[in-house]
Amino acid sequence: MELIAVGIAGVKALLVLLMVLSLSAMLLWVERKGSALIQDRIGANRANIFGVLPFNLGFVNTLIADPLKLLTKEDMVPAGADKFLHFLAPFLAVFPVLVTFAAVPFGDQLVIGDTVINLQVADLDIGILYVLAMSSLAVYGVVLGGWASNSRWALLGGIRGSAQMISYEIAMGLALIGAVMAFGTLDLQAIARAQGYHFFGVIPAWGIIYQPLGFLIFLIAGIAETKRVPFDLPEGESELIAGFFTEYSGMKQAAFMLSDFAESVVVAGLATTLFFGAWQVPFLFREGFHFPGGVVVAVPHLLVVALQFVSFIVKVFALCVFQILVRWTLPRYRYDQVMDLGWKYLLPLALANMLVTGVVIVLLG
Amino acid sequence: MGAILFLVLAVLTVVSALTVVLHPNPVKSALALVVTLFVLAVIFVLLDAHMIAALQIIVYAGAIMVLFLFVIMLLNLQNDDPDRGRRRLVLRGFAWAGGLVLAIELALLVRGAPVGTPGAAPAGYGGAAAVAKSLYTDFLLPFELTSILLLVAVVGAVVLAQRQRRPTIS
Repeated sequence: MELIAVGIAGVKALLVLLMVLSLSAMLLWVERKGSALIQDRIGANRANIFGVLPFNLGFVNTLIADPLKLLTKEDMVPAGADKFLHFLAPFLAVFPVLVTFAAVPFGDQLVIGDTVINLQVADLDIGILYVLAMSSLAVYGVVLGGWASNSRWALLGGIRGSAQMISYEIAMGLALIGAVMAFGTLDLQAIARAQGYHFFGVIPAWGIIYQPLGFLIFLIAGIAETKRVPFDLPEGESELIAGFFTEYSGMKQAAFMLSDFAESVVVAGLATTLFFGAWQVPFLFREGFHFPGGVVVAVPHLLVVALQFVSFIVKVFALCVFQILVRWTLPRYRYDQVMDLGWKYLLPLALANMLVTGVVIVLLG
Repeated sequence: MGAILFLVLAVLTVVSALTVVLHPNPVKSALALVVTLFVLAVIFVLLDAHMIAALQIIVYAGAIMVLFLFVIMLLNLQNDDPDRGRRRLVLRGFAWAGGLVLAIELALLVRGAPVGTPGAAPAGYGGAAAVAKSLYTDFLLPFELTSILLLVAVVGAVVLAQRQRRPTIS
């Protein structure tokens, strides 16, 4: 029995890990093709097997060809670099991002016979704090990658990155507090379940309805945490080449890229869980659809679970695509503008959001 | 199982704490401190204090230590070059004496502590609700005083930072 429980936990962990990694890889392709679409180019179109196939392999390009190319590249360590920390930094960049998803629920319960499986890797009563703790560790990859490379560009990128990530972490945490106050719990699965109602029987009671401003602040701070345009100063290519990972090559450079994409998946996953009903499908309850007007359509249990899982993935993917759209639409901020936005606008707004949320909760009893 | 885990973690904590003091490179010293704080957080988890563990990582490992590293990187501190001479010997003597006194105090404290495994923690122990309840009832005054202390520190930091900005003569 103990063995079965361990096995189930292992399968869940593997599933979530693969979900984040494959979503990140998919995003790389969406990003390349999407940016090409926005900029009126064709985009990545050179994947073929020795030129034999009459057509291009599309997204297989980025899923197989790119990793193969990176794996076979030479691994360079710059002269005068701190070898140990230079080696360690990519791991420190990837690890916190991948473990963050452990607390994010990707479905309700799966019941097989007598076993009830909670579709969440780690059922933590402090889920949100765990997520914040892990994402706050992500900054070490940036700082050390910048410092250990013994390069001016990398050091500048690392310093910019650490200042920016600390600044926006505060706004992000405070924006989340509004949502925590609205739901009254730190447990992400409980928050997901709390969003299964409908206002007036029609509008799904998703977090964004309680916390529109909180969502906005969280999304902006989240994009800043992932260090993407308009907040990509730590790796701004026109100023710093590639910022903190300038001196990395091959798979280590790919690890930094992967952590960037995985971070956007994590931000999208959190936003989905807190503000877009997590795995909830509108009008779908445990035994089937209950449409307004009294129409009930029974749905078998396995299909319900599958629908919830698909709903979660679709929402996460949509938010990721939104982040990509933002990236290819906006210009880059100046450094002082980044700091101003974080400290002078987002932080007071998040505090005001907390205050208003508190007052409303007290007034509604 | 718990005992083995604790032993491994305890050894890790002590080794990384010693590294903080003994490593000549300031960046690696700071990193060793991060490891110490992280392992301490894991020990908190073993003690069912989940909330404190999360806060430990968010506040110390995730924020304060990053600022430490930030400053060390900005100042570009080199390896610790110890100044030789009598001054250093005197300082070393004081350090050993202080350490000895602390060790004896610790030994006296530990000697009086009850040995054995305490019972399982009550439900909800160490969670957000339990910590918040004790903070806002039993420890309300110290809690509020701490917030005033932090406010004073923030105001002080702003004042010190402002002093640097003298009007420039063109």
